[in-house]
Amino acid sequence: MKRIDSPKKLEDIRKEIIGARDPDKPCITICSGTGCRAFGSENVTESFRKELKKHGLEETIDVRTTGCHGFCEKGPVVVINPHGIFYQKVSPKDTNEIITETLLNNKVIERLLYTHPETGQKIVKESEIPFYKGQMRVIFGNNGKIDPTSIDDYIAIGGYSALSITLTDYSPVEIIEIIKKSGLRGRGGGGFPAGVKWESCRNAAGNKHYVICNADEGDPGAYMDRSLLEGNPHSVLEGMIIGAYAIGSDEGYIYVRNEYPLAVRNVEIAIASLKECGLLGENILGSGLNFDIKVSRGGGAFVCGESSALVASLEGRVGEPRAKHIHRVESGIWDQPTNLNNVETWANVPLIINKGVDWYTSIGTEGSKGTKIFSLVGKVNNTGLVEVPMGMNIKEIVYEIGGGIPEGRKLKAVQTGGPSGGVIPESLMDVPVDFDRLTDVGSMMGSGGMIVMDDKTCMVDTAKYFMNFLRGESCGKCTTCREGTQRMYEILEAISNGDGKEGDIELLEELSWAVAEGSLCALGQTAPNPVLSTIRYFRDEYEAHIKEKRCPAGVCKALITYSIDEENCTGCGACKKVCPVEAITGEKKELHTIDPDKCIRCGACMAACNFDAVKVV
Amino acid sequence: MIKFTIDGVEVEAEEGQNVLQVALDNGFDIPHLCYHEALEPYGACRLCQVEITKGNRTRLTTSCNYPALEGIQVQTGTEKVIKARKMVIELLLARSPNVPVIKDLAEEYSVGTPRFTLGDDDCILCGLCERVCREIVGVEAISFLGRGSDRKVGPPLEINPQTCIGCGACAYVCPTDCIKVEENENERTIVRWGRTLPMKKCKVCGRSFAPWFQLDYFGKITEGIPSDFWDKCPDCR
Repeated sequence: MKRIDSPKKLEDIRKEIIGARDPDKPCITICSGTGCRAFGSENVTESFRKELKKHGLEETIDVRTTGCHGFCEKGPVVVINPHGIFYQKVSPKDTNEIITETLLNNKVIERLLYTHPETGQKIVKESEIPFYKGQMRVIFGNNGKIDPTSIDDYIAIGGYSALSITLTDYSPVEIIEIIKKSGLRGRGGGGFPAGVKWESCRNAAGNKHYVICNADEGDPGAYMDRSLLEGNPHSVLEGMIIGAYAIGSDEGYIYVRNEYPLAVRNVEIAIASLKECGLLGENILGSGLNFDIKVSRGGGAFVCGESSALVASLEGRVGEPRAKHIHRVESGIWDQPTNLNNVETWANVPLIINKGVDWYTSIGTEGSKGTKIFSLVGKVNNTGLVEVPMGMNIKEIVYEIGGGIPEGRKLKAVQTGGPSGGVIPESLMDVPVDFDRLTDVGSMMGSGGMIVMDDKTCMVDTAKYFMNFLRGESCGKCTTCREGTQRMYEILEAISNGDGKEGDIELLEELSWAVAEGSLCALGQTAPNPVLSTIRYFRDEYEAHIKEKRCPAGVCKALITYSIDEENCTGCGACKKVCPVEAITGEKKELHTIDPDKCIRCGACMAACNFDAVKVV
Repeated sequence: MIKFTIDGVEVEAEEGQNVLQVALDNGFDIPHLCYHEALEPYGACRLCQVEITKGNRTRLTTSCNYPALEGIQVQTGTEKVIKARKMVIELLLARSPNVPVIKDLAEEYSVGTPRFTLGDDDCILCGLCERVCREIVGVEAISFLGRGSDRKVGPPLEINPQTCIGCGACAYVCPTDCIKVEENENERTIVRWGRTLPMKKCKVCGRSFAPWFQLDYFGKITEGIPSDFWDKCPDCR
């Protein structure tokens, strides 16, 4: 890699990279994000390379392994460019056919195309698939265009032009003004205005200022930051360098979970290439800016995503929150002014500089500007990562992008904000994704988890799940959080076991207040949200468990019994075969029965039955 | 000098003092278990919660780690404060129903039998032992282990702590008296940490007075003290 020591050199190199590339050259783009890897995309890549070699086409057809495309449900995802043909669920045995049919003969393979679930129509282009059509992928979209390990790829799509503009045209204070005017709010959960934070940090007295990227994403089911760091690490790094210039920092850290090996690898490769070409180090682009970034790997404690615990962990101490009467921007790492933003927040920065404040503020709502990436998971047809403009309502996300609920079931609620968030019932599905509106309904934006729940989801069980997570992930320092979450979990467990008592709901509410008011950090302060929001919207469900010893959703094992419907049972024996405790008896072609005393309520029989004969009462 | 009010009474504080210390110095009764004036405030037990008004915002907060600030108004006994404190006591009592200091607090605040399943832990995780060992003694022989409901205090890897000098400072500050020290002519044992050390005899009176290891450590960290100072017991020095 050549040295890039001036804005002009950057543009020259960009021209050189683009000039050496033929936009019409066929390219097989294989999603290599975590979801597709889990589906075996690495084998698909290897197979493509082998087949191309066999055909002698290595020079005429490119293979590019990219970051996450977002449509994880359909992985491994392959896009054939320049025509943008989208193939889903590709396996190594399809690769030869794709080369001979699509690349050499311009024929589309119907079998591998996405089928519209309602019309049955086959869709050829990625951009025409409803999952992508409703999105606005300004941050996440580049993931599919670049190889995250190639700085050339990032430069080719305009990378580091925002940094170049920043260093050439603006003073640090002007950059802070731009970020303030853009209305960018922290994407990690708190939603604090980023520009205001930058300004306080810049103005704080200290020997040295630090910038930190918080990549300690820990919400169950959330993987937005992971995919962004894996798929487009340079966008995050560019944001950090711009931030360092604005704040007056010469040292930055990326605190990333060790459980994200690909993110760690890709961001380390990106930093190494930046150092090699001089975009990190001394006198960046000849501007006099000195800045370096180090990677620090977290040990997997959820609480280390909290800023003061993160700082403690970075310093090599136990990841435990500290009191925040003095703000982090004034006294953070090693008691020096520290500006901490989340992965997605940093990735927004180059976009704002490049496209301008007017463009950025035209997206979103009054109080929430730009887009937000959500991990859409749970009982939804199109599981994946989606990026939508702020203000889109949840119903649109679930039905238009997410394709609705599987098996035609009914939507019951959507949980946002992870363990600190809450559930939003079906009746409030027109609430827009907006920091303040989500808080109004008892949930929160959080870092962008969105878990869809159908009518077979029990709300007591949901609250119990989150409370179990939190009692284990509380650092354990505050009595209220440590003991409180444990006791709330115990009460919820008793309720779901049929041992709930009159007064339990009130006790949960009382505990919730004490835990929220009496805990030091945001983990404890928001820990009761899953309980409070489920009580707020589904109190009757709690009451059914406590008073009638009944789980309306048919989930809580102690409160349900499985039985076989006489009408529907064909006596096929499928249920009997899968029952792990031999609780099912019956002769072939005759009605089968379940012994409730032996039954462990695992649900295997229900899943195995093809005739809808196994019922839950 | 910083001036602010506690329950309407004007008090004075020095820069760097915390609200709890100022309140205690002025005779206000705020219960606390994890605070010790010789140690950094920690904010773990949550008993010292008070309501503090700063500007136009009033919030419930722990007073031990809240800095004394000009013009703030501190309320130590509002309905909210009592409600929060009672729940903390109930939670602690459920964890440690047999610890005298907790039982006394429960009685003082009329907290009856906890509405939770009773445990039988003698440690309330206030962290005083860990802080005194780190901040005052400087050997860091013990630390917090695990997190959430599995949190406890102990030596690294929960084996005989090699850096423990057997000084017993941890036992001295423990509010629940759960760190026992056993001693005879020949050795001292810090029971909770499983650390046993041989005792040194006073070269004047012949009485065993402290572990060798502790006295060696003191010799290393102090300056300008005569070399035979640590050979004599405090009475014979």
